[in-house]
Amino acid sequence: MDYFLTEEQQMIVDVARQITEEKIIPCRAELDEKEEFPASIIRDIAQADLAGLYIAEQYGGYGGGTFDIVLALEQLARGCVGIATSFAANALGAYPIILAGDETMKERYLPMIARGEKLVAFALTEANAGSDASGIQTTAVLDGDHWVLNGTKQWITNGGEANFYSVIAITDRSKGPRGASMFVVEDTDVGFSYGQKEKKLGIRASSTRELIFTNCRIPNDRMIGRPGSGFITVMKTLDKSRPGIAILGVGLAQAALDEAAVYAKQRVQFGKPIIAFQAVQHLLADMAIQTEAARALVYQAAKHIDAHPHDMSKASSMCKVFATDVAMKVTVDAVQVLGGYGYMRDYPVEKMMRDAKILQIYEGTNQIQRNVIGQALNKEYIV
Amino acid sequence: MRIVCCLKQVPDTKNIRLDPVTNTLSRDGVVSIMNPYDRHALEEGVRLKERFGGTVVALTMGPPQAEEMLREAVSCGADEAVLVSDRAFAGSDTWATTYTLTMAIKAIGGCELVLCGKQAIDGDTAQVGPGLAQRLDFAYASYARKIHALQDNALLVQRMMDDGYDELRVSLPALLTVVKEINEPRIPSLKGKMRAKKVEVLRLDAAAIAADPACLGLAGSPTKVFRVFAPEFRGERTMLVGSAQEQVRQLAAILEAAV
Repeated sequence: MDYFLTEEQQMIVDVARQITEEKIIPCRAELDEKEEFPASIIRDIAQADLAGLYIAEQYGGYGGGTFDIVLALEQLARGCVGIATSFAANALGAYPIILAGDETMKERYLPMIARGEKLVAFALTEANAGSDASGIQTTAVLDGDHWVLNGTKQWITNGGEANFYSVIAITDRSKGPRGASMFVVEDTDVGFSYGQKEKKLGIRASSTRELIFTNCRIPNDRMIGRPGSGFITVMKTLDKSRPGIAILGVGLAQAALDEAAVYAKQRVQFGKPIIAFQAVQHLLADMAIQTEAARALVYQAAKHIDAHPHDMSKASSMCKVFATDVAMKVTVDAVQVLGGYGYMRDYPVEKMMRDAKILQIYEGTNQIQRNVIGQALNKEYIV
Repeated sequence: MRIVCCLKQVPDTKNIRLDPVTNTLSRDGVVSIMNPYDRHALEEGVRLKERFGGTVVALTMGPPQAEEMLREAVSCGADEAVLVSDRAFAGSDTWATTYTLTMAIKAIGGCELVLCGKQAIDGDTAQVGPGLAQRLDFAYASYARKIHALQDNALLVQRMMDDGYDELRVSLPALLTVVKEINEPRIPSLKGKMRAKKVEVLRLDAAAIAADPACLGLAGSPTKVFRVFAPEFRGERTMLVGSAQEQVRQLAAILEAAV
């Protein structure tokens, strides 16, 4: 379908598509098999000027919005959601600095991130703080002109690969949700180390690791925003980043549909290509309907977020739920169309199905998204 | 250093067909691409510019639609684009092509280094690089797979050979043809694409390069094509099985029957 992209938007699509076709698709199976971080592809993405897509021009970025990053991520996800996640996690790590950091902090970090010289990650989740972020146990205590962090973050995307981490920690437990603050921790900080690298069902090219803070001392100018503003920054960050996850679902669903349709035209059973059978046609038709509907919703939500930065939550959650549920269903059906071949690692659809599942879980489970939407509706309807 | 990268637009061999009647390339619906070896030449030119400074000129002789390829070259890091195009160039063999390119390089003020792909995937002659070096009177090395350094106005180059490689010192001005092992071409960047959209492509016709009309195109080409044909597909073959002795016996019998 024609979404009437501008010439600049089409260029973003073309650049990202070429990276997918020439760099990602040829090595995605191997990176998945070896569970290897796609360092050279992340460099290719940076060299193509995509690393700074969402960063303002004054910090060396392209100055694009949510819709621009969505266009790039869709194409990258057609190649590999693990690799696209490794790239997208940088935006998630950088948004707290962009949304709440002061000028000095932005000037210090954003140019390096925009050039792709340094990677950045986002650290919220802990063993007892997943959907319920109030369970955070990592603490930060002021000691002279330094903050001292203690605690462990879990399942951190780009853990061990990123140079900078946007970390939330409790600075005043008595204040409840208003007692959390965000900090930038650098990989060279004393008292900061990595725990085990997780073994995952899918997105195996992306690195998922523990961050361990043991009396980790950081200068006090590393706090992002005001003391106690950590939760608000986290919520705004996730509102802004969720369309990025949603669009990974769209790119993935499109890739699965492409594989299934091409296979169905080539596979002959009972003397006909299987696409001639109505049972298969209807499967493919439903996959196409769902994928296109998801794309339309994510594009529109991204544009809404760019136009209404103070009214992001509902649109952001709706597109995340819908597109990632679509990705799960479409990839499962793609494996079904390919039958036994689809179940084998010789074809890419089994990996697509494995990769799809995380989209319904990370950056807020789809159940939590429905909570957000429900709460927004509750506020909207005044009787 | 001013570096000229010679590029050729070729049909994508992935979908090439011969017209069974005329035995010529059927160009209907065939996508044109930058010759893959030339992409490596361009990439190396851009890398040399990044290492040692200078400018990269993307140069091609071809029809007007080759401009699209030149814009692609700019999006991958070339600074200038030159399209040498004239109906008079049609039908050029490698002799006439090297003459035309030589006159074009002189017309744009010369350069210190010319980079070419080792050959084009359509003609496969591998003659234009060396021929151009001869006409320009440049030092020349083919099959470059690595450029180590720029020292005392010379490039230290590794030349790929069948059984290893040569280490060469090539004084400038020089022409190198490159193999695909030399680098991995980059993807066009977003800023590069924006620049490519706006870049002014310099167009040079036969008059602009002060070429002698007798040396151009079909008239200037000593190569004459008498016949083009598609070799017949001969799929029949016989596999001999059994012990080595038995196979030799069978083979001898076949040969005997044949003579």
